Amino acid sequence: MTRDAALPQPMLRLEAIHKSFGATEVLRGIDLDVAEHEVVCLIGASGSGKSTLLRCVNRLEAIEGGRIVLHGTDITAPDVGVDAIRRRIGIVFQAFNLFPHMTVLDNVTLGPRKVLRRSRLDAERAALDLLARFGLADRAREYPDRLSGGQQQRVAIVRALAMQPELLLLDEITSALDPELVAEVLNVIRELAKAGMTMVIATHEMGFARDVANRVCFLDAGRILESGPPAEIFGAPREARTRQFLQRVVEAGRL
Amino acid sequence: MLGAGGRSVLIALASSAVVFGSLGWLVVNSPGWPLLERSFLDAQVFRESWPRQFAAIWRNIQLFLIAELLILPFGLVIAILRSLPGPVAFPLRLLATIYTDLFRAIPGVLVIGLLGFGIPALGLPGVPREAFFWGVVALTLVYSAYVAEVYRAGIQSVHPSQVAAARSLGLTQFQALRYVVVPQAVRRVIPPLLNDFIGLQKDTALVSFIGVVEVFRQAQIDQSANFNFTPYLVTALLFVLMTIPLARLTDWLVERDRRRQLATRAFG
Repeated sequence: MTRDAALPQPMLRLEAIHKSFGATEVLRGIDLDVAEHEVVCLIGASGSGKSTLLRCVNRLEAIEGGRIVLHGTDITAPDVGVDAIRRRIGIVFQAFNLFPHMTVLDNVTLGPRKVLRRSRLDAERAALDLLARFGLADRAREYPDRLSGGQQQRVAIVRALAMQPELLLLDEITSALDPELVAEVLNVIRELAKAGMTMVIATHEMGFARDVANRVCFLDAGRILESGPPAEIFGAPREARTRQFLQRVVEAGRL
Repeated sequence: MLGAGGRSVLIALASSAVVFGSLGWLVVNSPGWPLLERSFLDAQVFRESWPRQFAAIWRNIQLFLIAELLILPFGLVIAILRSLPGPVAFPLRLLATIYTDLFRAIPGVLVIGLLGFGIPALGLPGVPREAFFWGVVALTLVYSAYVAEVYRAGIQSVHPSQVAAARSLGLTQFQALRYVVVPQAVRRVIPPLLNDFIGLQKDTALVSFIGVVEVFRQAQIDQSANFNFTPYLVTALLFVLMTIPLARLTDWLVERDRRRQLATRAFG
């Protein structure tokens, strides 16, 4: 896939994003366009800025420089309501962050009921459909602590999907899982990709990135050092840093 | 033959008998014992005072039940005000902080006296004059300050990632607090909160200061009528009986939480 001028207006455009935590510059000028139905994977070492970038996109973190444009609207403008933005962008976290005092069904319907003002009946019907689609129908009345890590993460994905987001951000969603539970979560994402969901995915699973991404971006020290189709990034990386990183991943047996 | 369990019970019994027996012997053989026995352990006075005090303690029960119903929401409001983020909320945080500082600093009996004697003395039309009313208000103000701090500790113990998850769904700050943070916080602080309520139950005796005839005031009346201190023993006994159920309930809740956490960890 090439990024030529004939592409329509991108769904998401990041322009020169800068972000610091205190004296540490975490993002040092990130430019990225994401087209509708595109799946972009962010790879790179821990601390390269992948998670921070995702948290900036739905404004969980404030940026210090640059612009984020969603469907032509600058969502970093001061007069834009953050809550309105966040209901259009779903995010799934590494640590699931399910609400432990609510059943699976209540976790999934909280957003639709309180933010989208759906009736409980409608919200629950839609939630049960989604849960069934991801093999969780029989878990609807359970509390999160009765579920395996893989099930919890799938519930978290369903919770984000229940808001019918235009864009889904996935922040290392398999990093907290036991190895044997990773596949069930990644299969959900593969299915979403097939269904045309636009996603930006920070991941350490290189095999998965190669398999599911339309484009892979290698982040290094707060910059996108190299990006391109997975075959190119994994097969013939141009940058020495990318080769070095992938070399280490191979040595760790993760590719 | 006794098992190991039976033997430890025997040892416990014997050692208790020795310790409490010698303590009792010491007290009973002290030089002042005959006088003390007459003024504190008069069976006749005890029998007469008991029904009057038993009737009066319903006043204490009313005091703390009404106060508790008011404290639970009021303390939560104070705690939420103190937990609001952002510079805009600064005046609210400041007010809530001053409130909790003030009402934890001033002795409860002073708050009761100031409100119970002071406000009715203003003679404002439409303002209640009953001592009972101001007793409830004073207890509510004092204990809401403590309970607010307990709630606040609970609110702070909810991990920020829970707020992030709620906000990322598009919930407002207030919705995140209401549906995600506060329900988890309240669950966690129920045992320490009940502990504060045990303190409140005892402190209902302070309201006697402004003339409410509750159990302690009744004891004072009985004491001066008989020139005998036995009524205070009745009062002490009644307070023990009144607070023990709540103390046991608190212990049971703490134990249940501990077991649940263990069970969850074993499962995860």
